[in-house]
Amino acid sequence: MRVPVDWLGEYVTLPEGVTGEQIAADLVAVGLEEEGLHTSGVGGPLVVGRVLEMSPEEQRNGKTINWCQVDVGDANGTGEPQGIVCGAHNFTVGDLVAVILPGGTLPTPQGPLTISARKTYGHVSAGMICSVRELGIGEDHDGILVLPRLLPAEVVARLAPGDDLITVLGLDRETVEVNVTPDRGYCFSLRGIAREYSHATGAAYTDPASLAVDAGDGEGYAVRLADESPVEGVPGCDRYLARVVRGIDLTRTTPEWMARRLTEAGMRPLGLAVDVTNYVMLALGQPLHAFDLATLTGPVVVRRARPGERLTTLDDVDRALDPEDLLITDGGERVLALAGVMGGEDGEVTPGVTTDVLIESAHFDARSVGRTSRRHKLSSEAARRFERGVDPGVTAAAAQLAVDLLVEHGGGTADPAVTDVDQRPERSTIDLDLTMATRYVGVNYDLARVREILELIGCELTDGESARLVTVRPPSWRPDLTDAPGLVEEVARIDGYDKIPSVVPRAVGGRGLTHGQRARRAVATALAGQGLQEVLTYPFVGAARFDELGLDDADPHRHAVRLANPLSDEAPLMRTALLQTLPEALRRNVSRGTRDVALFEIDSVTRPEGEVMAPVPGVGEQPDDEVLAQIRSAVPAQPWHVAIMAAGQADRAGWWGRGRPVDVVDVVGWAHAVADALGVEVRRRQGARAPFHPGRCVELTLPDGTRVGWAGELHPKVVQRLGLPLRTSAAELDLDVLVTASDHRTQASPLSTHPLATSDVALEVPRGVRFSAVEESLRAGAGALLESLELFDVYAGDQVAQDRHSLAFRMHFRAPDRTLTTQEVNEARDAAVGRAAQEHGAVQR
Amino acid sequence: MPSAPDAGGSPQHPDEVPSPTAAPELSQEGVDGHVEAALAAIGGAGDLDELKEARLAHAGDRSPLALANRAIGALPGPEKAAAGKLVGQARGRVNQALARRQQELEAERDERILVEEAMDLTVAPGRRPLGRRHVLTVTAERMADAMVALGWEVAEGPQVEAEWFNFDALNFDKDHPARQMQDTFFVDPAKAGLVLRTHTSPVQARSLLDRGVPLYVAVPGKTFRTDELDATHTPVFHQLEGLAIDEGLTMAHLKGTLDRLAEAMFGPGTVSRLRPAYFPFTEPSAEMDFRCFVCRGEATAPPCRTCGGTGWIEWGGCGMVNHNVLRACGVDPERYQGFAFGMGVERTAMFRHGIADMRELIEGDVRFNAQFGMEI
Ligand SMILES: [Zn+2]
Repeated sequence: MRVPVDWLGEYVTLPEGVTGEQIAADLVAVGLEEEGLHTSGVGGPLVVGRVLEMSPEEQRNGKTINWCQVDVGDANGTGEPQGIVCGAHNFTVGDLVAVILPGGTLPTPQGPLTISARKTYGHVSAGMICSVRELGIGEDHDGILVLPRLLPAEVVARLAPGDDLITVLGLDRETVEVNVTPDRGYCFSLRGIAREYSHATGAAYTDPASLAVDAGDGEGYAVRLADESPVEGVPGCDRYLARVVRGIDLTRTTPEWMARRLTEAGMRPLGLAVDVTNYVMLALGQPLHAFDLATLTGPVVVRRARPGERLTTLDDVDRALDPEDLLITDGGERVLALAGVMGGEDGEVTPGVTTDVLIESAHFDARSVGRTSRRHKLSSEAARRFERGVDPGVTAAAAQLAVDLLVEHGGGTADPAVTDVDQRPERSTIDLDLTMATRYVGVNYDLARVREILELIGCELTDGESARLVTVRPPSWRPDLTDAPGLVEEVARIDGYDKIPSVVPRAVGGRGLTHGQRARRAVATALAGQGLQEVLTYPFVGAARFDELGLDDADPHRHAVRLANPLSDEAPLMRTALLQTLPEALRRNVSRGTRDVALFEIDSVTRPEGEVMAPVPGVGEQPDDEVLAQIRSAVPAQPWHVAIMAAGQADRAGWWGRGRPVDVVDVVGWAHAVADALGVEVRRRQGARAPFHPGRCVELTLPDGTRVGWAGELHPKVVQRLGLPLRTSAAELDLDVLVTASDHRTQASPLSTHPLATSDVALEVPRGVRFSAVEESLRAGAGALLESLELFDVYAGDQVAQDRHSLAFRMHFRAPDRTLTTQEVNEARDAAVGRAAQEHGAVQR
Repeated sequence: MPSAPDAGGSPQHPDEVPSPTAAPELSQEGVDGHVEAALAAIGGAGDLDELKEARLAHAGDRSPLALANRAIGALPGPEKAAAGKLVGQARGRVNQALARRQQELEAERDERILVEEAMDLTVAPGRRPLGRRHVLTVTAERMADAMVALGWEVAEGPQVEAEWFNFDALNFDKDHPARQMQDTFFVDPAKAGLVLRTHTSPVQARSLLDRGVPLYVAVPGKTFRTDELDATHTPVFHQLEGLAIDEGLTMAHLKGTLDRLAEAMFGPGTVSRLRPAYFPFTEPSAEMDFRCFVCRGEATAPPCRTCGGTGWIEWGGCGMVNHNVLRACGVDPERYQGFAFGMGVERTAMFRHGIADMRELIEGDVRFNAQFGMEI
């Protein structure tokens, strides 16, 4: 809402010399946040100049400039004529013009421009003769502002060269822009803002709505409220007031002061009838509509739309109406307007044609207007106000003000009759314990102070059974006040939030972070410690990404939550795996010159199952258990995952030596590091699965077989399709599985301090046998004395049959209670080898 | 004394071993001569290899003194003792000289190796790329930890959320403009009743329903609005929510909590300020600012760039929890009351670390991460 300061000053007494900045600061204290401060941007010296001489000089580029001598009085400090070059020609010697002298500033789209004397066209031009456009007070003129053409003669008569023009031209005017919260419809008016300013500062407030309202004499224009299907039980219109003004000349121009206020408030002057209704709306917050009386054939009937009805609104859109739309109709048939939202072409006033006008001042239901506005994606100044609540008590005053202005500036006469169909329900009251303010806010309010504030904002208080109990009837312009905390808010707000003390509450005492929260932190820290970078990517993907990743048609990862209004039609789905969105981050790093990138992300992914609808019961009531259960179960599963994607060098080359590219072994190792950070044992199973290389992919499971995730090198085709570096490797693990598996207290085993015995074996095995299978056999065969074993070499070549290779294992033996003898070690080793031979045809070399 | 690894070993090159002298002279002069020769050779040895040769020649099995020693046995009895003493002392002197020289040469060698092995380490190595947490997750953790320190717990909730939890439970009427102003991502089809949560506030309702009262929870998490990405907006962002419901909680407790959190994030002495505002799920409602930690509200010329000269920085919204929220979650508003607040993690991180462009927080450029430590 834009608030021209001088307009505000008409309704509330502003301190002498108050600035827009100070007004904005005062309004913030009562909840109207500053959005901006609008000024002319023109800074003096800007003075009256009389053109003494002008000599046209043709330039080589064909342009003719005027070398002018301008009398600016003593404003230039010398009293000598000021030499100024001017390119315009719409003025002549003797004219009074606006001259900005060096040191003055003009607004430009690029910011303020400070004027200085400069050499141009062979002269030193000491200032500028200004145009309307340069001063920002109009768009229509390209030429120089010749003062008598803009200002009234009596003003011009008082002007002499050198006189300051900033005030005369209104360039010192300021407009404060504030943000109005959606509960404060009444602050979309100068009336509301002025009242709030008065609350903030104590300044004297004059309600612009308290004007003499014609009582009405005789039958007014017929109006019928015929809402047969109220929305949520509330009639669409509970008050409709109509006034008629006849014999107006709508071709007359809007008075300058009104046009200026409208412009400053952000609305374009569009002609007398529209300007008057807009002016009243801005002043009092009541949207009005003016109909051409001559075009109406029957009573005004307010009803809901019928199936199949259409209306072309003033924005030239032909709209199919919905049975829930509330309409203003001519005689119940011809549709004139979407009530409180926008009019149609029929019934519209036309300057030069219309002479008799019917003014509609009505109160429409906020919910009904809001739905119509949203349904038709049609926002208007009127709808914005009705949706947020218009004062149903201001209806008559608003119509009166409009009638008065039309009569004064359009020259008509008002019909004595007034139509006022008033079906407003009784405003409900609120029972309030006055001590609640103190109990709720934590400031020790005197009960008298609480009463005073409530009355200040317009509430009527009726005493209850005790001194602290009252019944409160809120003012008509505050439909948002519906309960006791709302009244407490008013007390706190008007008394000042700055009076609220700071007290740290004593919480009941918590149990710290949950295991899952700590575990996720541990995983992130472990991966960062391994040299990986945490990133947070957007979770939006398109089905094309599933194709790029090579997911087959039946892959459950294709089943994703779809957004109805995605930011991009290319990415309307919620990712079902983190690996779906990591490629962008990897590519961005590579394209910006970081080639060695190992990324990880921890977040939840969305894994919907079937289509379950979540009921949406309304506000203020606890749904029953069954409905709550339905709501909860409709929310798709969103397990926490961790994903890794890496490319480039694991060890970089440099002055310290050679480098080594990152590969699938690194990634599998990092996946293990995740499990290890949580103390969870994972097993590996060779697997083939998109998006991984079919021969370089491992499935990680818990010992009980529960899947943890996958790690591997990305399929070369995937790498190619996604534009990733060659051999990019990746992993994705279900953190929830790991977190659950790790949620136990690990019990320590005692360490043996007896010496370690080591024995190496080389086993020839057929190539198809998995390393892990051989390892398992050795482990099983060696028995309890085996502490650990590792595969330290794999050999294939001349020394081994073509379909076999040789695996070199190092086995470490230790007993808890004694030093092992060579014989014991050899026996255990032989048993291990025997088992491998039996199970896999392994032959010791 | 450390023994040299190459001392006393068997000769590698027998050809170079000097041949034994013809006959041992067990006279004082003769022995002294051998000793002189030995000492000269030992003293002249320039490195451990030369010393090894000298050892072989003058103290080895076939050195003159060894031969002399062996010859003692052939002497007549009375001469044996004197000769034994003479030769023994001579060998003692030689061995002592050998040991001393061995020590000297080893020290020289050790010194030389250290010099030879010297590396210039003044250029930073970069063998392993270093890892980092993301500034947003670490910031959110720091904020949550500050709340845990006050005795609160940390709760979480789903990103794809039921519309009821995101709006209705929080007193956002389906026709209220505030609900439209949330710029919500809706899940298709609309009748699914699901949205991407527009704030972390639905976890208020979930926590009240799941945990009951009294309740003190902080909720960090990812949230969504249909804003296009630019320097100050992102469609995917993070909030930290706080909710306290107990008997007797007031706005003063809200302010006290915010002051503590502001101090934890922006340094000692940082206070908060409340300004009247409107949110459907709180009443009274407030916008909260924190005291600019750069200018501390003192006027400066030119105006402080961090706060734009206002002395305050907007942080988020808060207020006393609306009775309708409590009722929707089965809490008796006549007995329990409390407050809620929420602020942007991005905004907090941007002010803490002087980050000017939101995009740097979301692009995943590892150079951005690299500016920060693991604990920020
Ligand atoms: Zn500052």
